[in-house]
Amino acid sequence: MSRKSRIRLLIGDVVGMVACFALFVVPFIFMLVNALKDRKAANRLSLAWPENPQWSNFVEVLEAGNYQILTAFKNSTILTVGGVLCLVICGSMAGYVLQRRSDRVTKAANALIMTGLMIPAAILPTIWVLQTLHLYKTMTGMILVETALQIPFTVMLYRGFISSIPVELEEAAVIDGCTPGNLFRTIVFPLLKPVTSTLVILNAVTIFNDFTNPLYFLPGKDNITVQVTLFHFMGQFSSSYNLLFADVLLITVPMLIVFLIFNNKIVDGMVAGSVKG
Amino acid sequence: MNKKKIYSTWFLVPALTIFIVFFLTPMALSLFFSLTVWDFNGFTFCGIENFIMFFEEKSLRIGIRNSIVYAVLTCVFKLGISFFIALFLTSKIKTKTIQRSIVFFPNLVSTVAVGITFTALMHPSKGLFNKCLTAIGLPGVDWLVNPDLALFSVIGVEVWKGLSIATVIFIAGIQSIDKTYYEAAVVDGANFWQRVRNITIPLSRSAMNSIILLSFIGGLRGFDLIWSMTGGGPGFATDVMASIIYKQYLSGFYGLSTAGNVIMLVVIMLIAFPLQKFLLSREVD
Repeated sequence: MSRKSRIRLLIGDVVGMVACFALFVVPFIFMLVNALKDRKAANRLSLAWPENPQWSNFVEVLEAGNYQILTAFKNSTILTVGGVLCLVICGSMAGYVLQRRSDRVTKAANALIMTGLMIPAAILPTIWVLQTLHLYKTMTGMILVETALQIPFTVMLYRGFISSIPVELEEAAVIDGCTPGNLFRTIVFPLLKPVTSTLVILNAVTIFNDFTNPLYFLPGKDNITVQVTLFHFMGQFSSSYNLLFADVLLITVPMLIVFLIFNNKIVDGMVAGSVKG
Repeated sequence: MNKKKIYSTWFLVPALTIFIVFFLTPMALSLFFSLTVWDFNGFTFCGIENFIMFFEEKSLRIGIRNSIVYAVLTCVFKLGISFFIALFLTSKIKTKTIQRSIVFFPNLVSTVAVGITFTALMHPSKGLFNKCLTAIGLPGVDWLVNPDLALFSVIGVEVWKGLSIATVIFIAGIQSIDKTYYEAAVVDGANFWQRVRNITIPLSRSAMNSIILLSFIGGLRGFDLIWSMTGGGPGFATDVMASIIYKQYLSGFYGLSTAGNVIMLVVIMLIAFPLQKFLLSREVD
């Protein structure tokens, strides 16, 4: 490589890192430092390092509203795990059949499901349906709604991935007397692991961070989820930014951990998924 | 071999049932309920009165306009900026892996948390943005307080947050381009910008289309960022369709709220479907 282009790349590195830092890292540092200040210092909203870090902010946030945030974490976890499980099971089965068969039934089913990628959910009638089924304000209802909302994307990714799996394997298994259910469970599903892990991460992030749907479908104190508590805290702690940011930080931490563990997988998976999708 | 037997239709049943019961049924019902004054216990038919109200009342009509402005602007800026970031992050620079991760991270942070942080950064007197402006001698800006500006401030934050996904999709598109095209172009003496214009842009068009559709539809549906930053205010300056739907629901006007949902559906169908058709027709293989 010539010296000139090497210098140009070095400048690119420096400029890129500085831009990344200013645009994307500073807001997170801002959250962190203000979460650790006392009330008066935090209300100045500056980027200065806290003089003596107030770890007690986190305790205070945890205790607020009778440990409301712990309830919220419990609910969000149930919702996320339940939703992701439902999505992986239903989505992989549907994507599998939709890719392998091409007749009137599957074409119609595919067209129907894909409308969900564009059309917005009709909210109040959904509440009406939930109420009719006695599922309104229940975790089960909320899990089913999240599943319905994410199923088009999930099926699309599964369908795309399954097209890259050779069909001969399945034919051989059927000749050996494997039933369709066993064939899917023991042979096909394990092969879907890469796309499954991408979908688990993406759907978990989406459901955990979902604010709008729990706001509508899970009202009430006992059913509160983390994003909704965050929104309530915004009103409650409007004059104590330290607590507000401590809360923001607490709620961002699970995602930060997910990010640190699966960082490469997410980006690679997204890349693979979006090329095929 | 009997395909119907191996790939049993039963496999479709769970996904389809959930989707039909919790997504399509409510959608169909919304067409009916938008013509009524209703609550969860009963309804009175009122014709298209809800829709008339929606277009006559200024505070409701503004939502349609704002949603379209929001969708168009966020889409254009996300597309433009993310293209250059992706171009930069697919070049030969050494720190691209770490930079990709940093750019991607905002995607994992909840919208409400982003809203809270940026509301604080945009605080009129104490916010960091205005402090930076005054430090270099410029007057501070009333980011979220000025009714003429508030929508654009939120759009800026939405672009910031949405860049990550757009960039990842673009990187995927650019990486899948066959390297030999570039080599041939270099042999022919094409400079960097010529290569970008004649190879990268046309061949990453399918990635571009995904980004346009995703961010456009996402923009038309947008709610949580606006709701956590301004709550539709000041006045009705940043009210979008989704926030009006929520406000009408809170005040108990379920018919109006459902009508808002139907209008959102129609707007998306009127704009997004033709857009998709147009984009797909221009895609090169």
